[in-house]
Amino acid sequence: MFTAVSKVCCKAAAVARSLLQIQSLTRRFGGVVAADAITLDITADEVHAVIGPNGAGKTTLIGLLSGEITPQEGSIRFEGAEITRLPVYRRSMLGLARSFQITSLFRDFSALDNVALAVQAHRGHSFRFWRDARGEDELRQPALAALVRVGLAERAAVRVDKLSHGEHRQLEIAIALATQPRLLLLDEPMAGMGPEESAQMVQMLRQLKGSMTILLIEHDMEAVFALADRLTVLVDGRIIASGHPEAIRGDAAVRQAYLGEKEGGDQGGRHG
Amino acid sequence: MSASLDPSLNAAPGSVLSARNAFTVALLAIIALFPVYSTLTGDTFVLTLFTRVLILAIGAVSLNLIMGYGGMVSFGHAAYLGIGGYAVGILAKEGIDTGLVQWPVAIAVSALYALVVGALSLRTRGVYFIMITLAFAQMIYYVAIGLDRYGGDDGLTIYKRSQFGGVIDLNNKTLFYYLCFALLLASIYLISRLVNSRFGLVIRGVRSNERRMSAIGFPAFRYKLVCFVIAGAMCGLAGALLANHTNFISPAMMHWTRSGDLIVMVVLGGLGSLFGPLIGAVTFLLLEEGLSRLTEYPDLILGPVLLLVAIYVHGGIEGLLQGRRRG
Repeated sequence: MFTAVSKVCCKAAAVARSLLQIQSLTRRFGGVVAADAITLDITADEVHAVIGPNGAGKTTLIGLLSGEITPQEGSIRFEGAEITRLPVYRRSMLGLARSFQITSLFRDFSALDNVALAVQAHRGHSFRFWRDARGEDELRQPALAALVRVGLAERAAVRVDKLSHGEHRQLEIAIALATQPRLLLLDEPMAGMGPEESAQMVQMLRQLKGSMTILLIEHDMEAVFALADRLTVLVDGRIIASGHPEAIRGDAAVRQAYLGEKEGGDQGGRHG
Repeated sequence: MSASLDPSLNAAPGSVLSARNAFTVALLAIIALFPVYSTLTGDTFVLTLFTRVLILAIGAVSLNLIMGYGGMVSFGHAAYLGIGGYAVGILAKEGIDTGLVQWPVAIAVSALYALVVGALSLRTRGVYFIMITLAFAQMIYYVAIGLDRYGGDDGLTIYKRSQFGGVIDLNNKTLFYYLCFALLLASIYLISRLVNSRFGLVIRGVRSNERRMSAIGFPAFRYKLVCFVIAGAMCGLAGALLANHTNFISPAMMHWTRSGDLIVMVVLGGLGSLFGPLIGAVTFLLLEEGLSRLTEYPDLILGPVLLLVAIYVHGGIEGLLQGRRRG
């Protein structure tokens, strides 16, 4: 009797701490298994990095979580609620936001317009046909705040196609932040960035730590080890290791499958 | 006023009398003065021609909402001209000649048709969307041919224009002209509010990047559908006007080439610009009228002109006035 109660209690505690539960999620494209029975728990407020070689299924995982890809097997629970087959926009409403690896913006709008649209999505329905939406403080202020957060406030009025690549990447994050997510899915936020820009991005993401849960996919190992609380290694759609970054660094299988192979001997030495 | 009407956020600021605005103002002034010219000279041809221009411009304005702002290329927009026209014609034939019934029916049936077509076609993209809207319009076209009681293939003469209790007499050419002009300006104003409202930004966001719109939490489909219905209703009104203008309805009103004409007007004038559809309608119908006097094959000249605009001018004539070029 007593053990049963304590078991329930511990299970409840575990549920409370876990924000996202992925259970044997599987997705095949033809003969390729892009996600092979992925089981993973994302804890509230952690930064969880997913690494793996090209073609390991990282972006597929983001697609499955954001709802663009439907799994063939398995389930996803977000804050205890089953979301496996919810459409993309409904997941966003629940507090699941994503950024895109290939910049995905509204090109003929200004930076502020881009973010304001994301704010608008979460301020009731948009069947409002008359009032000038660009004059609404309710949308513009939170949008500006998101731009400030990513360091893009001075470029608020600039059209997206006049912004630099680095600024596009910052705007990507600002749009996701503007939806006030509980879970932020970042698909290679440093993609295509120079070392300086990357360092700035790491700095910015570090400031987000603790205020939301982040699932980070990234190739830049320095960034990953600087940010991640936990690390999952994906190879051929399967998780081969998951845990504390230091433990992963020392994991022989991982080193052989990924770190060693990709980073070469001297890098491995630095990590070890 | 013109600044607040401007749909593009980063249009050249400042000067209200830019080349483009000056052109638009001049065009509107000329259009407003045609009845005066007609009265003075007794020449009603221009008035008749431009009544038609104004009516089809309303159709083009409505198409521009879905095509220019919403990115939905409908190849069946003339169906609404037909539905609006047939609503007036059929009701007139059945003895209901008040415009207070005819026009709302024209608008409502068009909206309903748009709801059905949109609900099915907006689940598809690109070429499929174009083909489905075309297929529906063809269906309506053949339904009209099958309406033996209402003239079938030959069409139906309307003996009495829509009645408005003696307050507005549509038989008065000048009055009818100004009514069409006022409705056109009202449509343009409506669109100018719409495309800058929350709803309008959603529609434009969907055209720009539908995937991202879903990702930030918008159910894109229902916004597109409502936009599609608004455009259909607006074009239904144009159909009601057209039937009153020609005193005649026939399936030819909604022939697929008519849908093509509307697309051409919008592209020629400038996709996604407020006054572009009007400029496009004026240009297209004047070219068509003028060329058909010069040659038996006006399309031989019209075609290459359109080709040149499509290839070299980004944003149609409206874009040209702003000094925008492709490349």
